[in-house]
Parts: sequence; structure tokens; C-alpha cells
Amino acid sequence: MEIIELIKKPWPWYVAGPLIGLTVPTLLLIGNKSFGISSSLRHICAACMPANISFFKYDWKKETWNLVFVLGVLIGGFLATTFLANPDSIVISESTISDLKALGIQDFSGLMPADIFATANILSLKGLIFFVMGGFMVGFGTRWAGGCTSGHAIMGLSNLQVPSLIATCCFMVGGFAMTHLLMPFIFKLF
Amino acid sequence: MTNSQDTITYTPVEEFVCDSPNDMKKSESVLSNLKYLIVGIMFGIVFVKAEIISWFRIQEMFRLHSFHMYGVIGSAVVVGMLSVFLIKKFNIKTISGETVQFHPKKFQRGQIYGGLIFGLGWAITGACPGPLFAQIGSGFVAVLVTLLSAIAGTWVYGYFRDRLPN
Repeated sequence: MEIIELIKKPWPWYVAGPLIGLTVPTLLLIGNKSFGISSSLRHICAACMPANISFFKYDWKKETWNLVFVLGVLIGGFLATTFLANPDSIVISESTISDLKALGIQDFSGLMPADIFATANILSLKGLIFFVMGGFMVGFGTRWAGGCTSGHAIMGLSNLQVPSLIATCCFMVGGFAMTHLLMPFIFKLF
Repeated sequence: MTNSQDTITYTPVEEFVCDSPNDMKKSESVLSNLKYLIVGIMFGIVFVKAEIISWFRIQEMFRLHSFHMYGVIGSAVVVGMLSVFLIKKFNIKTISGETVQFHPKKFQRGQIYGGLIFGLGWAITGACPGPLFAQIGSGFVAVLVTLLSAIAGTWVYGYFRDRLPN
């Protein structure tokens, strides 16, 4: 089937972007839900360990849809990787490859470099920095900012919210700072 | 909040403000959650197929070596904006006939501080919260640690919230 072969190839931005954008009206129209993903992390806290913290004392069950949604994202990731995987290696820009080689990355075959994301790294300094610290900054930062790329950059900007524009700019500034200022030092640790 | 038939009583210190709130007035059956599961699955498939979950794509973006991620986010925002504009302009109702609710966001300093912290984490993990789930589904087991840590980060924010500039 040709169509399956086509779907298995990496999707260009002009296919993926509009599909992601359509999530906004889809969620609004099927159930009056505002698109946002990082809230799911808050609901997990509220459900599992509210610890009498006012920020976690709310009716999280009413927001179950959000947890079901992220479960769907996980399942979608599984389905795409299992049944629709790209038979070829990922194509990464040459300049990025040479930058990352200079930092010590050697594996460019998959979506994620095995140099960092190998399970064996979990209990190492790499794991501490890339998983534990990185994840902590994602969770802490998105909650302090009141949203992530989906809630601010996509839903917030779609609704022309200036605070979301400010947040989105800060996301980018933080990312540039990590990539260009901090990463060279981090990779020297290994 | 709009839910009038809570069976459990809550004593929230402040009014609950969710960033991706459920504004549906009618109560929904457990089965209706299937809709959100399906949208989530489609979303996860797009994440993987457009390689948005790739640490390399995020690095390309922050090194300005590829237009891909800018194209994805940019076109998503354009489509989202147009949809929101049309929903407002023609007062399009939800499938259960309700008026669509929008939430203006208030400026808070946390959007700057938190935004910068999230940006640092985004570049190092190669993932925002959505792709975290898709990476785990794709079999990157180590990312489970990242997710647990992100949940811990959310919890710690909740714990220190009153002492942080918001």
C-alpha cells in the first residue's frame, strides 16, 4: 500500500502543525475543553499526593479528561512507533550533527541519542542532569509559568493572550540559554 | 466554578484556576472520555511522525539549524488562531450546544521566571510535557524518570507557591 509507505515517512511541518492547531477547536467543540498538557502533571499531584497543599485541593476528577488525553498521547506514541515507524534513519541538519559531535554525541540513528537516553544512564550523572534536573525544571517551570508549549504557545496565542506571548518568548530564551551557554559546560562533565 | 453537582465537598483556599479547564456544564459519562482518548492518540501519533518528540529536533530549533519546529509551532498557532476567531465570530456551539468558554490570562511574573526555567528544561530534556508522554509510549523507558521528576517539580512548585513571586 502506497499510502502506508507515505504515512511512515516523517511528516512535514505543514502537515503536523495544522493538525496540532486543529486540536484547539476539536477540544473546545467536543467538550468545552481548553487545550493544555502540563495541567495533567498538577492533576496527578492532586490525585496522588495533595498533602493538604491548597494548590492541589480541587476537584481533579472533573479534569479527568486531561489525564485521559495524555494517556492517549502515550498510546499514540506507542502506536506510531510500533506500526508507523520510519524505516530510514532520522535526517538531522549537518550543522546540528557537527555541533553535537563536538559535544560528544555519537549516536544519530534514532529520534533520541542513545548517548543520553539509554536506560543504563538512569543512575548516572547524565541521568541526574538530563532526566532528574531536566524533568524537574519542566514541571516546576511550566507550573510557575501557568502552562507549557500547548497551553501558552498554542492555546494562549490562538486566543491572542499577551501573557502567553511573554511566556512563549521566555520558553525560547531559556532554551537558547541552555543550548548555547550551559550545554557546553554540562557536556564537559562526562 | 461551573460544576453544580459536586458530590464531594472541597474547601479551596482560593478559586481553582486551571490552565486547561473543563468548562462543560453538563456532566459527562465515563464513556465520553473516549473522545479525549482518541484526540490524544491522534496527537501522540502526530508528535512521533513529525519527530517533535526528538531531542535532535529541539536541538536544531535552538541552534537555528532547521525551520521544522518553527514551522510546526507557527502553523499550529495560525490554525488555532483562525479556529478561535471563527468560533467567536460565528458563536459556534459545542456538540452539546454550550457556548465555548475562553479564558483571558492575567500577566504574572511567574510567566517570566517559570517560562525561563521551563525553557532550560525543554532544551536539556528535548521535551515539553506533551512529548514526554509520547516519548514514553515510543519506548524510551528512561523518560519515565523525567516524567516523575516533572511531577515532583510540579508538586514542589505547589508547596512553595505562596513564597514565590507570582
